[in-house]
Amino acid sequence: MLRLHQNDQTLDPQSPLAIRGLSVSYGEKPALFSVDLTVAPYSMTAIVGPNGAGKSTLLKAALGVVPRLSGQVSIFGRALASERHRIAYVPQRASVDWDFPANVRDVVLMGLYGKMGLLRRISRDDLAIAEDALAQVGMQDFAHRQIGQLSGGQQQRIFLARALAQNADLYLLDEPFAGVDAATEAAIITLLKKLKDAGKTVVAVHHDLSTVTAYFDHVAMINTRLIAQGPVAQVFTTAHLQEAYGGRLATAQIDRLREAGHY
Amino acid sequence: MAFTLTYNVALVMFGAGLLGVAAGVTGTFMFLRKRALLSDAISHATLPGLCGGFMVMVALGGSGRALEGLLLGSAVSAALGLLAVNFLKSQTRLSEDAAIGAVLSSFFGLGVVMLTVIQNMSAGRQAGLDQLLLGSTAAMLREDAEMIAIGAALVFLVGFVLHRAMTLTAFDENFARALGLNVPLIDAAAMALVLAVTVAGLKIVGLILIVALLIIPPVTARLWSNRAAYIWPIAGAIGGASGLIGAGLSSLAPDLPTGAIIVLVAAGFFLVSFLVAPARGALASAMRHRKFQRRVHRRQGLLALAQGYRILEPYTRKLLQREGYVRADGVMTERGQSAATAAQRDEARVAYLRSKPDYAEFLSRHDGLSDLSRAFTRDELAHIDTRMEAAS
Ligand SMILES: Nc1ncnc2c1ncn2[C@@H]1O[C@H](COP(=O)(O)OP(=O)(O)O)[C@@H](O)[C@H]1O
Ligand SMILES: [Mg+2]
Repeated sequence: MLRLHQNDQTLDPQSPLAIRGLSVSYGEKPALFSVDLTVAPYSMTAIVGPNGAGKSTLLKAALGVVPRLSGQVSIFGRALASERHRIAYVPQRASVDWDFPANVRDVVLMGLYGKMGLLRRISRDDLAIAEDALAQVGMQDFAHRQIGQLSGGQQQRIFLARALAQNADLYLLDEPFAGVDAATEAAIITLLKKLKDAGKTVVAVHHDLSTVTAYFDHVAMINTRLIAQGPVAQVFTTAHLQEAYGGRLATAQIDRLREAGHY
Repeated sequence: MAFTLTYNVALVMFGAGLLGVAAGVTGTFMFLRKRALLSDAISHATLPGLCGGFMVMVALGGSGRALEGLLLGSAVSAALGLLAVNFLKSQTRLSEDAAIGAVLSSFFGLGVVMLTVIQNMSAGRQAGLDQLLLGSTAAMLREDAEMIAIGAALVFLVGFVLHRAMTLTAFDENFARALGLNVPLIDAAAMALVLAVTVAGLKIVGLILIVALLIIPPVTARLWSNRAAYIWPIAGAIGGASGLIGAGLSSLAPDLPTGAIIVLVAAGFFLVSFLVAPARGALASAMRHRKFQRRVHRRQGLLALAQGYRILEPYTRKLLQREGYVRADGVMTERGQSAATAAQRDEARVAYLRSKPDYAEFLSRHDGLSDLSRAFTRDELAHIDTRMEAAS
């Protein structure tokens, strides 16, 4: 395999998700180039960057959803294949067709397919897990609702409930706040913070720079390449934002963003 | 002409029924995965292989009619057709439907030319061949029926084992991959099943119409259910019933192509379902519209009462009276009182939400008519009420 990365440092075995020298391409142009990322255990890490920066691709490549051109991924210091059951993935809400014939509970139960395998019938325990996951996102009254009738915020909630049903240690979420109402955003962030307090690690692609400081403790900025990663206070700086977003953000805007988190 | 259930007719009906079940189950995945058209490409691509198989067998000195040889030939060319679709899609910028159209018509065109050549060079001997286009049961042998039944049963079994993985893949491919499912393998398995159904169905349904048996049952089942878990068995049942009934009818009219009769039976199921199915049928839609109209009138009426207006519209008055909200003299009942108060409170909540642009998307969940508790969770309503109180 082509080794683009020159650093021979080994992957951190403590990290829930460590990535080294990751490159991905859908065609000729790389979507990600030689990205190193070490997610701190028990952290809430935001992945930020402009549109098309490769944020979704980063999550997908970490999970083997899209093939890697090069690079290594380790999950809790081990190979992805053996640790899949410890990861819950919440894809972008818009990536599925919500007219699919399923009700809310059907979708949440999909979180248990990894455990159930091809044929095992859905048990009482499975249903209880699904019910509990729905209650955690405030959707317990919607179990039998057709998914096509849900609002954007409700769709996001049941995607989150499906991930909760997986009872994972590492949560990877792709834009969980995109197009949701304020009440849902508040409910989701409360839930994610609870997960963190329960010793889980949360990594979320995040598009709203004004809430990065309030919601997350760590941040990784990417734009095809990794720009910076670390605790929000150290990394979420004007210089880094300018580097990641180029001319798209004015300095005044960035200053306001940095202040946003401080009240 | 009377229907007599001879051994042979029973055999054919049994085979066609099993084939229908297999086709319904297989077709469901292609339908849910939005690749129903691919089945069409696969079935039309069997024709050149069918003719090729015949030619090879004749060249080797056989009669060219051995079913095994014909099936092998059609399987090979259908697989080639599938590869061609995938190649066009990945190597050019053609979309899948365009690639399917190109492959389907070229393969079928080639097949028709080969069929004509065969007919010209060996008049009489090709007799069995054109029956494979539209299906027939007239010359069905016991071995043929058994082979079809075994093939269909195998397809059904594989479909049953994979249906959970297939549902997940069809709904959320990324999530399926993240769970470690081998999505390309599942897709390949589904196409292999379509291929198997097509080949097993050649004799009875014929290659032109088999696609109907793959598509009509799931589409019909969709009218009956909003859940994939039920669509699989319903589609299997509709496919099975179409095969069974169609083959039975066909024994009454041996001159008509069996495949066409089976497909017409399936189309009959579709038509009836389209009219009466509760989930998405036309009658149900009309009834839903009526119900909606009633809800509009009920809500308007209750709000009018809450504000102390008289209800002028006769329909609204009759409705509220019938439902016990007002007495014959137009005075609110206790039930009407509490419903009117609740409607009024919801209206205030909506007005509050509307005044906050942040809630626009949140509010869009509400249809503007039913109780807010139908559109929002208890948490959310409590959240709104707290905000409202704080604001006032
Ligand atoms: N399935 C795909 N096929 C081709 N190109 C893709 C595909 N998915 C993403 N891309 C391209 O890869 C780049 C990164 O995409 P993505 O990871 O979705 O970015 P982000 O999530 O940061 O907006 C973009 O240029 C996008 O157009
Ligand atoms: Mg993205």
